[in-house]
Order: sequence, then C-alpha cells, then structure tokens
Amino acid sequence: MPQPASVPTLAPRADPGTQSKRRRIGILALQGDFREHANAIRAIDAEPVLVRLPRDLVGIDALILPGGESTTMRKLVDRYGLREPIAALARGGAPVFGTCAGMILLADRITDGDEPVLRLLDIAVQRNGYGRQLDSFESDVEIPELGDEPLHGVFIRAPVVTDAGPEVQVLARDQSGRPIAVRQGKVLATAFHPELTDDRRMHRLLLELIEAERGTTGP
Amino acid sequence: MAIIETSTWATKVGLARMLSGGVIMDVVTADHARIAEEAGAVAVMALERVPSDIRKFGGVARMSDPKLIEEIKDAVSIPVMAKCRIGHIAEAQILQQLEVDFIDESEVLTPADEEHHIDKHQFRVPFVCGCRDLGEALRRIGEGAAMIRTKGEAGTGNIVEAVRHMRAVMKGIRELAGMREDELFAAAKELRAPVDVVNQTARLGELPVPNFSAGGVATPADASLMRQLGAQAVFVGSGIFKSENPELVARAIVMATTHYDNAEILAEVSAGLGEAMRGLELSEIPAEERLAIRGW
Repeated sequence: MPQPASVPTLAPRADPGTQSKRRRIGILALQGDFREHANAIRAIDAEPVLVRLPRDLVGIDALILPGGESTTMRKLVDRYGLREPIAALARGGAPVFGTCAGMILLADRITDGDEPVLRLLDIAVQRNGYGRQLDSFESDVEIPELGDEPLHGVFIRAPVVTDAGPEVQVLARDQSGRPIAVRQGKVLATAFHPELTDDRRMHRLLLELIEAERGTTGP
Repeated sequence: MAIIETSTWATKVGLARMLSGGVIMDVVTADHARIAEEAGAVAVMALERVPSDIRKFGGVARMSDPKLIEEIKDAVSIPVMAKCRIGHIAEAQILQQLEVDFIDESEVLTPADEEHHIDKHQFRVPFVCGCRDLGEALRRIGEGAAMIRTKGEAGTGNIVEAVRHMRAVMKGIRELAGMREDELFAAAKELRAPVDVVNQTARLGELPVPNFSAGGVATPADASLMRQLGAQAVFVGSGIFKSENPELVARAIVMATTHYDNAEILAEVSAGLGEAMRGLELSEIPAEERLAIRGW
C-alpha cells in the first residue's frame, strides 16, 4: 500500500556544516552505483553507510536506493531479507531516495507484470521505458523547488513513470510531460542519476527531510 | 527538459557504473541466460561457445550468430553484451545494429587486426576491452572504451593471470598518483598511452572508467579475491556453466561478489557447490595458445 503522505514543506536550505549531528545515510550496496552515492553523501558532510544486510540498517537516518539493475537488486533484496526491514524503516519516518533502479524498487506498480517490491511510492513505472542502452540520454532537468539552475539529468536505460497518484508531488517532467522526479512525503525518486554529476541538490533535499522529521517530532 | 543528447560518454560510462558490484555471466543459450538472470547476474555475455570450449574447438573464433544474440536479448531484461574480434569494425557495426547494450572487443575471439583496435568513439554503443597492465588499459580508454576488464586467462578456471593483471593495473595507478605533474609526460611515454588519460588517472587515483576483472574466475572465493584486489565487478565465463551445479555456483558467485569482504557469508556460500570447472595449469598451455597476449 502507498504510504499516506504527511507532506512537510521544504525546510530552508540548512548549511550541513551547522548540523548538531553528522547524519548517517544508508546506501543499499548489493550492486549498482552505490559508490557514487557514497561520494555525494560525503560531499555534503554526511556519513555514508553501505547496507548489505538487515543489521546494516540500524542507526541510519535515511536510506538511498541506488542505480543499477532493478531485476538483480529485487532478487538480492529478498535473498538477504531486506524488503520488510527497509519498508519498516520508511514507515518509521526515515526519508528514502531512489534513483533509476531505486525508483523501480520504490514503485507501487510495475507495468510489465513484475511484482512491485517496496510499494512506498504511489507511482506506476515501466522498466527501461525510454529504451535500451542506445536510447540512453542526457538532458537538463528543471526542478523549480531546487532553484532556477536546471539539474543535469543522465538517463540510463531509465524507467518511465506511467502514472502518479494524487499524493505524489511531481518535481519535474520530461518533454512528453511524464514525471521524472517525484516526492511523496519523505520518499524521493528520480528516473535519472544525480549521483553521476557534481550537483548535490537532490542529496541535500534528502538531508533536509531528516531535519524536517526532527522539527515535527521534536529532538 | 531542453536539449536531449543520446549515447553520450556519460551514458556509456554510466551504464558501466550501474553494473558495478555485480557479476556478468557468459551464456550460450536463452536457457542459460534465464538461469544467470535468476541467479542475480547484472548482465549476460551472449556467446556461441564459452572460452574453455573455444580453446578445445580451435579454429577461428568469431562474433556470435545474430539469431542467438536476439534470442538471448528476448529471454532476459538485464543488459546483454556480445563480443567482436579485436579490430573488427564490421562485426562491431553489426552488434550495434542488433542493439546490444555493450560490446566486448575481446581477445577471446581470434583477432582481426594485429595492429589496430577499433576506434570506439565512433560508435554509439559502449565498449569494454581487456588489459594486462595500466598502459594497455589507458590505450583502450583513449580509443573510447567505457569499461576496462583485466584479461586473466579465459577458459582456464585458473585465477593466477587475473591476479597478475589486476595487481599490475592497481600498482601502476598508485605509481601514477604519486608522481609530480611534470613527471607524467615521461610516464605517458613509458606507458605508450595518451597523456590526457594519464593525467586524468593520476588526478583521480583510479581509472576514469570502471575497472572489472575477467579470465579465470571459477569459485566464489575467486570473485571475492578479485574484488579485494580492486575489481569493481567480475566477468565469469566457463566457471559457471562448466561446473557441476551451474545454478548453485552462479548464485554463490553473485553473493560472494556483493559480500566480498564478509568471510562468514563467503564460507557459507562456498559450501556444497559440487565440482568446480576443471582448471588448467598455465604451464599446460602452449605460449601461442595464450589468449591474454592478443591485443596491443
């Protein structure tokens, strides 16, 4: 079931250097570009924690589901018993950010008949919806919430979001109007790979969602 | 979304990064491909014969039949790679036309050109190339390879050459990273590699493209060893479908690649796999039958 949204407004851009505590960001590291996400997390002065087993989820403030092969990742998530612990972490209020394959893991529906995995985001996705590798592309992505300067989107065998529920906030769309960056409560997802560029705004947004959590529940 | 550019360098290297931490398996039928995908492979290499059979069969080894490649593409949703001969531009054009996700310009096939590799920048599809040392790796990157794999000695089930090549590459990178900037020109000359790629590697302290391992991986422990020596992912050729229990071995090698630094899991997945592929001692292979020496 999609999680009921408790949409906190975007907190003002906090300088990560002034945070009272260095945030620990889990990154699912079964395979994929977890290393690039870890570099992005270090660059915003938070601590990356590679997650390969359920015990690695203990004590993290947020979780990233990286790019990679969604077919492979879904099998490994279940092989190591990670599906329920990750869902529980998100239900407990920890922000989650998925890129590309990570977006597929988060989706509530997968159009080609595959079983959905985490169902934390009320969207339907079509895997490799933009085509095979020869159709992979780069394009600017405008996300007004993150400022006037567009992000640079690298789309690799990317999924297409074919439907988004009413609780889903669409942050950016492609030329055909299909969502490519979405948010529902504390769950974020992009069809592209911000981790492959030097732009850290999406990762900062994830950090801000942790702060928003503290603001609503008290320290 | 403004200007859209397809098949860029970033998307080529990006796909290689998406395969990191995973296992790419050689398959010769659609059934094999499905077994590989089910076991958790991140990609498959579509071949008519695995390297140990190429060795046995002899003769000229060429690109696979497009019909086989299409069958394998239809069977799985993970990326499909295929091999062309070193320097064989036309085979590469055919593979691009088939829309494979990666081309391996491979020493496992009989070379078509003993002087030139393919100018891979001219292609929209990404390429992976083998290497035995840093100079070879950087020459291939200069020609446009978006992924490097150390060669090892394919079809032997013997990890010794893979280790030799990975150690040579990693040692070479450490040496470059420790140099003064004005020493890099001489290093480029020594390595016979483009100076810009040499500079970039020295600055990064690693190859500018992902660095995988191939040629001789037969057990979960082999996969872990190569990851510990610096490989970001592993190619497994004959090691899976020439073993007694391909499903079990495939699954175990995937788990060992993810948990390469977790001895508890390595011990668990190494147990009860049955007989591994029969290995070849390198001294049993006549020098002219060594595959790794192909490529320049």
